[in-house]
Amino acid sequence: MLRFLTRRTLGAAVILLIIAAVTFFLFFAVPADPARLACGKVCPPETLAQARHNLGMDQPIFVQFVTWLGGIFVGRDYEGLGHCPAPCLGYSFVNHAPVFATIVDRMPVTISLTIGSAIIFLVFGVGTGIIAALNQGKPLDKIASVSSLIGASVQIYFVGTLAMYFLVYQWQVIERPQYVPFTDDPLQWAYGLLLPWIVLAIIFTANYTRMTRSTMVEQMSEDYVRTARAKGMSSRAVILRFALRGTITPIVTIFGIDVASLIGGAIITETTFSLQGIGRLSIQAVLNSDLPMLMATVLLAAAAIVVFNVIVDALYAVIDPRVRLS
Amino acid sequence: MTAVTLSDRNSGRRGDSFLSVQNLHVSFQTEDGVVKAVDGLSFEVEKGTTLGIVGESGSGKSVTNLAILGLHNPDHTEIDGEVWFEDQELIGASRTALENLRGNRIAMIFQDPLTSLSPYHTVGRQISEVYRKHKGASRQEARGRAIEMLERVGIPNAKTRVDDYPHHFSGGMRQRVMIAMALVCDPALLIADEPTTALDVTVQAQVLDLLKDLQQQTGTSIILITHDLGVIARTAHNVLVMYAGRAAERGTVRDILRSPRHPYTWGLLSSVPRLGSSVDVPLTAIRGTPPSLLDPPPGCPFHPRCDYVEQAKPELCLHERPDLSPETGHGDACYLTLKHKQEIFAQIKERP
Repeated sequence: MLRFLTRRTLGAAVILLIIAAVTFFLFFAVPADPARLACGKVCPPETLAQARHNLGMDQPIFVQFVTWLGGIFVGRDYEGLGHCPAPCLGYSFVNHAPVFATIVDRMPVTISLTIGSAIIFLVFGVGTGIIAALNQGKPLDKIASVSSLIGASVQIYFVGTLAMYFLVYQWQVIERPQYVPFTDDPLQWAYGLLLPWIVLAIIFTANYTRMTRSTMVEQMSEDYVRTARAKGMSSRAVILRFALRGTITPIVTIFGIDVASLIGGAIITETTFSLQGIGRLSIQAVLNSDLPMLMATVLLAAAAIVVFNVIVDALYAVIDPRVRLS
Repeated sequence: MTAVTLSDRNSGRRGDSFLSVQNLHVSFQTEDGVVKAVDGLSFEVEKGTTLGIVGESGSGKSVTNLAILGLHNPDHTEIDGEVWFEDQELIGASRTALENLRGNRIAMIFQDPLTSLSPYHTVGRQISEVYRKHKGASRQEARGRAIEMLERVGIPNAKTRVDDYPHHFSGGMRQRVMIAMALVCDPALLIADEPTTALDVTVQAQVLDLLKDLQQQTGTSIILITHDLGVIARTAHNVLVMYAGRAAERGTVRDILRSPRHPYTWGLLSSVPRLGSSVDVPLTAIRGTPPSLLDPPPGCPFHPRCDYVEQAKPELCLHERPDLSPETGHGDACYLTLKHKQEIFAQIKERP
């Protein structure tokens, strides 16, 4: 297990390095100039040149990449701006703040959004899927199938906007979503995020229902499930201990990917509900050509995927004894 | 060992056999129509003996035994008839009554031990949970019992192997684990559904010998489902030959192998290769294919493939369903006269 983790962590580091390099060079190929942003609205050529020098943009691109990379581990100095302590992901001239500090500031919103909706879609998605599978072909199954088809085809901005309009403004059933740190007031935290959680969970729930149902139906006809019944196990034990067991693996797989991509930022949900999370941050970075910020959010999203992949692989070994980690 | 049983038609139950299946019908609803998988089957199993059920794929062997245990899918399966086991009627018995029987009084082993054992649980756990469920034993007792059973089925180092998973075992060892699991509660009846089909030939023999040994020790009755007459010859006391969901012939293993009376049984025997016979002589296959059970032929279901319709009574073969006759002992469902049958089989035996 330890060897597996060491190997996978090293592999993940290499992958992240490659992603960072590709993003870095791609972004420097686009016709946006961070120096111009740093320089301000009225920008005489000599000030621009000074800004370029301060940002290190007069250096060859490869040197710039190495400087940027080094900043993550040891920090770096920006002439005229001062020191950016490690881990330094660069300096955003749009926000006039180090990128890392902004990320740290926005992270709790995105993580809260992810955790809440992940719990909802996991519980409801898997639960409905099991119920549908056990009532295969019966009305309950058909209701679940139809509603998950609808759920899978609606769009977050559509449902989210409708929910905001009716539930919040028209009927005033719930207050306007807002982020209250969990540590300040857990109840307010949950209440403030309830609506975004549910809206975000709808589309995921549908996918989990469909997948759980199909895997479960498959599992129920497995030979070893028949053996369990032939042993006299109660139908409850057969379902919980045997059929469900084989359903967990595919669920864990896509759950890991979904959570990872949510941590990378739920752009549409955060925009719909005006939550200041990573998703908002990255879309603003794109709109403002805030390259250092964009680099950081892309890297964060990639890191989330890579890390969760390692976690999922390690979990396989726990779930399925046939999987050996070496 | 002859199945001499008294007939008592009114109760549907016969003699002192402790498993009695009477006029069993099993049909499935499919999109194409109703499949009559078992169509009026009756047989008995006596204490401590092995009944071999033999027939082609789709002849209803497995379906019959799943129906005995109520393991069919109730949504699209219809079952009719009587199954008496130790004074209990199993058709229509409550779910809990059946759950208490399964794994306890009637156990089952299946064809493929790899897929039939749960890959997620240790073999020890899979064995001991049966014992705990039916005998109310503690975790410790059940574990001890599991080790004891693994030793009995000949698994070396049972004490350490009890914590291994099925994929750590070879095919033959897995089937031994299945047998240990099936016999952990000392069942009165063991249903073995093609227990050796997925195994190597040498391992097949070991597993069959093991079943025989265990039967001698415990007195368990066995229903052995197979399409392999070699397996029948090795282990069965009585034999039931099934064709198209019905009984074609019934008798002791000697009756069936030495003086078979049904053309289908002759066909089965002729298609078995014999050691010592020349390899140049082609095996005789039964011509044609098994009938569709969606729309079985009228009369004797075997008549489209039978070479002896003209020598029997064509109008009967084509229109009237034959029943096993005589009702007890060596019986067969064929309209040929006994004399004819003996003559024809003598000729078949003469063939190289």
